[in-house]
Amino acid sequence: MSTVLVLVQHDDGVIRKPSLELLTLARRLGDPAAVVYGDAGEPLVDALGRHGATTVYAVAPPEPSAYRPVAEASAVAEIAARTAPIAVLITSGPGGTEVAARAAVRLDAGIITDAVQVRAGSDGPVATQSVFAGSWFVEGRVCRGTPVITVRPNAVTPEPVAEPVSPVVERVEVAAPMPAAVPRVVASRPKAATGRPELTEAAVVVAGGRGVGSAEGFALIERLADALGGAVGASRAATDLTWCPHELQIGQTGKTVTPQLYLAGGISGAIQHRAGMQGSRTIVAINKDPKAPIFQVADFGVVGDLHTVLPALIDEIAKRRG
Amino acid sequence: MKIAVLIKYVPEATATWRFADDRALDRDGVEGRLSELDEYAVEQALRLVEAGAATEIGYLTMGPPRAVDAVRKALAMGGDRAVHVLDDALHGTDAMGTSLVLAAALGRMGFDLVICGMASTDAEMSVLPAMLAERLGLPAVVNAAALRVEDSAVACERDTDDATEEVVAPLPALVSVTDRSGEARYPSFKGIVAAKKKPVTTWSLADLGIEAARVGTGGAATEVLTVQPRPPREAGTVITDEGDAAARLADFLAANKLL
Repeated sequence: MSTVLVLVQHDDGVIRKPSLELLTLARRLGDPAAVVYGDAGEPLVDALGRHGATTVYAVAPPEPSAYRPVAEASAVAEIAARTAPIAVLITSGPGGTEVAARAAVRLDAGIITDAVQVRAGSDGPVATQSVFAGSWFVEGRVCRGTPVITVRPNAVTPEPVAEPVSPVVERVEVAAPMPAAVPRVVASRPKAATGRPELTEAAVVVAGGRGVGSAEGFALIERLADALGGAVGASRAATDLTWCPHELQIGQTGKTVTPQLYLAGGISGAIQHRAGMQGSRTIVAINKDPKAPIFQVADFGVVGDLHTVLPALIDEIAKRRG
Repeated sequence: MKIAVLIKYVPEATATWRFADDRALDRDGVEGRLSELDEYAVEQALRLVEAGAATEIGYLTMGPPRAVDAVRKALAMGGDRAVHVLDDALHGTDAMGTSLVLAAALGRMGFDLVICGMASTDAEMSVLPAMLAERLGLPAVVNAAALRVEDSAVACERDTDDATEEVVAPLPALVSVTDRSGEARYPSFKGIVAAKKKPVTTWSLADLGIEAARVGTGGAATEVLTVQPRPPREAGTVITDEGDAAARLADFLAANKLL
C-alpha cells in the first residue's frame, strides 16, 4: 500500500490530538508514516504504532539549533522526495502552514491548505476546503508532485488501530540551513497555562465579544466555559480591547473552531467572525440586539442581557448536574 | 534601504462572492479593494520610512487590470512606485505559480526588506510569505505583531499559542505582519492626488522570463473538482429573555446532550 507521510507534533512523547486525527485520516488513504522532530522515545513510537504508523522518521535537529519550521520543512521534503508518498499531511495553523508551504516549493508540488476532509480519489487524495468565509465547499486535488495538504483540527475523530503495529524507526539527519536564510528566536516568554482545553480542539467553546462590556465582564464567559468544561474564545473586538489574550481570537485572522457546542455571548457575528465558527455543530447565541447577524446561524438564540442570562445559566447547570 | 510591499486586489468582504464557470473566483462580477490585511503591511512600511529606517517603498501586485485600484489606494497611503504584473495567461494561477511570478518580480525590483500581510482575504492560504522566502533564499518571519529595523536586521515580535517570541532576521529578509501590527492610516486628500502621479509599471510574463505554460489554470499544481455552497443552517429558535431564558437554554442544551 502507498505511504502517507504525517508530520506529528508531540509534547514530551504525548502525541497532540490533531496529529492523532491525521494518522486516522492517513489510514483511509494508505499506510501512515510519521515524521517526528527530535528523539522518538519508546512511548512515542508505541503510541504511533497504536495509531497505525508503520514507519517513524525521527528527525535529528540540526546543530547548532536551526529555525524549526525550516528544519521541519527540509526533513519533510527530503523524506517525501526519497519515499514518494501519495500525500503529506500537516496540521493547519501558523507553524504547520509555514512548513507545508516550504515543503511544497522544495518538492515543486501542489498544496491544499485548511482541508476539512480528505478522501481517497481515483487520481490521488481529494481534499475538501471551506472557503469564502465558510460559505462554500471546494473539492480539489493536487495534479503535480506529492500532494501537500494541511488539515484543520477536528476533521475526523482519532481512533487507534485494532491491532497495534511495531513501527520501523529510521533516524533522519537534516543538513543545517544556511545561516543567512534563517531567522533566530532571540527571546521567548512562555504564556501561562489556563488548564482549559486547547481552543481548536475543544468540544465546547464559549466565546465573548463586545457585548461583554469589560474585562470583568469577560470573567463571566470564563466561568461558563469552566462550568461546561470548555475552552474560552473571543471575537476580535474583545481581543482588541484586551479583555482577553489575543490567541483566543476566533475568525478570519484568528482561529477556526468546529466544536460540538459554540456559545457566543455578546458577539454580533460579523462575517469575519462567522468564518471561524460556522462549522460548529450546535451554535447558541446570546445578544441584546435581535438584529445581530449571529442569530442567522444560531440553533438557539436568546435576545437578552448576557449579564443576567449567563449567571442564571451557570446556576442552572450546577443545579441540573447536582 | 528599499522596501517591497506585496499587495492584492480582492473582492469586498460584504459583496456576494461567486465562482465563475471555470470554478475560479469570479473577480469580474464583484466589487474589489486593496486587501484589508495588506493595508497593515503598507502601514508598517510607511512607519519604517517615517522612522528613518527605510528610504523607498515599492508595491508589487499581480492581478487583473482592475488590480490597479488597489495599487492606487496603497500609493495614496504613501510610498513611491508600484509594479503590476498583468498578463491574460495568469488567470487561474495557483499558489505555486503565484509565488513563482512574485519571486521573479521581486528579484527584478530589488529590495532589502519584503513586507506582506498575514494572508489574503480571498484565498486565505497564508502560504505566499514562506513560499517566497523559500524561492528567494530569504530568512522569513511570518505573522509578526511588531517589527523594527536595526543594525542591518529586522527584529520582530510574534505570538504563538505557547509563547511571545522575539525573532531577528538579517537583511535582506521577508516579514509578514498581522492585523495587530498597528491600524492602517486612511489616505489623505493630498495623498490621493499625489498617487495619480506616482509611476506604476506593468510587467508581463515575458518581461519576467516566465513561460505562460508554467502558470494559469494549465500550469497549476492543483485542480478544483467541485464547488458547492454550504447548505444553509436550519433556522433556529430565537427567544426573548423574560426571566426564563437560562432555564429554556439549559433545556435546549440538555435535549441535545450538551450538558
